[in-house]
Amino acid sequence: MHPFTYKRATDRAEAIRAVADNNNAKFLAGGTNLIDLMKMNVQSPTELVDINRLALKKIEQTPTGLRIGALASNTEVANNALVRANFPVLSEALHAGASPQLRNMATVGGNLMQRTRCYYFMDTAFPCNKRVPGSGCPAIPGFNRIHAILGASEQCIAVHPSDMCVALAALDAVVNVEGPHGARQIPITDFHRLPGDTPHIDTNLHPDELIVSVDLPSAGFAKRSRYLKIRDRAQYAFALVSVAAALDLQQGRINAARLALGGVAHKPWRALDAERVLTGAQSSKMQCRRSTTLSRSSWRSAP
Amino acid sequence: MERERKSDERAAERAALAREPADTVASGDENEMDLFLSEDGEARRRFLKQALIAGGGLAAANLLLHYQMNAAAQTRAAANLASAQTAAGTIPVTLHINGREYALQLEPQVTLLDALRERVGLPGSKKGCDRGQCGACTVLADGHRINSCLALAAAYAGAEITTIEGLAKGDELHPVQAAFIKHDGFQCGYCTPGQIMSAIGLLKEGCPAGMTVRECMSGNICRCGAYNGIVAAIEEARGAKV
Repeated sequence: MHPFTYKRATDRAEAIRAVADNNNAKFLAGGTNLIDLMKMNVQSPTELVDINRLALKKIEQTPTGLRIGALASNTEVANNALVRANFPVLSEALHAGASPQLRNMATVGGNLMQRTRCYYFMDTAFPCNKRVPGSGCPAIPGFNRIHAILGASEQCIAVHPSDMCVALAALDAVVNVEGPHGARQIPITDFHRLPGDTPHIDTNLHPDELIVSVDLPSAGFAKRSRYLKIRDRAQYAFALVSVAAALDLQQGRINAARLALGGVAHKPWRALDAERVLTGAQSSKMQCRRSTTLSRSSWRSAP
Repeated sequence: MERERKSDERAAERAALAREPADTVASGDENEMDLFLSEDGEARRRFLKQALIAGGGLAAANLLLHYQMNAAAQTRAAANLASAQTAAGTIPVTLHINGREYALQLEPQVTLLDALRERVGLPGSKKGCDRGQCGACTVLADGHRINSCLALAAAYAGAEITTIEGLAKGDELHPVQAAFIKHDGFQCGYCTPGQIMSAIGLLKEGCPAGMTVRECMSGNICRCGAYNGIVAAIEEARGAKV
């Protein structure tokens, strides 16, 4: 690990200022991904600003839904009674990810900022457009069974590894952030980016912005929601493909549908075509099958 | 001249080695520990060479090779550390471990695992993968199991850390420790401290609905494959409501 300085922030403004003042500074929350990447020299910040003492752990009901503090751990969110009752897909997605130890350490904010587990990105012996822009992509001609089949570019076919974010995409979550120039809200589907020509930029969050919370709107479909994950072993593996599905059903008719796919793209992928086919239809196996066929039309393996 | 002197030194060293093995091997634990703990590493190299000469065999040769590779890595790490000290300096970190307080002066990059093993003198928590994948380093922080290899020591200042060394009360084992022994929940034992700490975390947290003990222990790998004994030990401890 390259040397760095360590600063423990006692309030948000101080933390944001510290990171804004140094281009090579990063926020430290659970550290489960960042410290790992630093050990492999994939990332080498010169300063870590520890935000773990900030009061950002609360999970609370709001007039419009649920607000989850950015420092709430995966375990806390997954086991929260309100989450389990009203947003079961989120609890299931969190329990489907990582190991119990990692879930105790990892936070909601850090989970949004997870980096890809593309083998070539993680290994500094290889070129990688995400790690070193312009150096090339060995995954395209290389081993790529865990890579993107949707939204990839000539530059990068990495996928986003998070399970939580797939559930958030299905739940129309909104990410609340604060920076040196104030606060703003980013809808989850605009938070992560497709690789395009800038695969080194994972998200639309500015480097000096701090994620403070995530809002989950109460919606008819949120309660009837599930997460299904296919992977190489039963636990503790990243998704080969996963789906977060939510339906608002009224007397057998689908009022609203949400389908988000994980493990297949550079961001959680909303299957909007399929959602449109389902919305307004009678819920039946036939209709569900039709929606899958539609969403599959845009699939494509490595470019 | 230079070359001659070196070759003389080597001859003297060979002679010394030929004489030493019996003494050293018979010298008991304390001297062995001194050898390993010596600062310059020379004594450790000597010990391993002696083992090679005295015992012969592939295992000793492998051990020596492993040691030499490790020594090179350590030299690199030491160089990194030196630059860290000049670039970033050390910071005061007070850790609370097994009910005791330890005031340390650490480089920021020191993990909780390295602080426990190398600075505090509690080597019970093991370094397996050092990447948060194997669980050998599992400890409790404020009652929750975590991978201490991915935790910066500085970030855990003030947390109540419990390691395998903090479980037994004198000669009385923690019930989970006793259950592991009763059910043969290990073979080589390297992953065991992490397995036991993880099991205690699991019993406290509870297994989420629909998940098995195996799934709730997915963060701990046992290379020997002692999983049946591990699961049996945890099931028993769970029944006893530890």
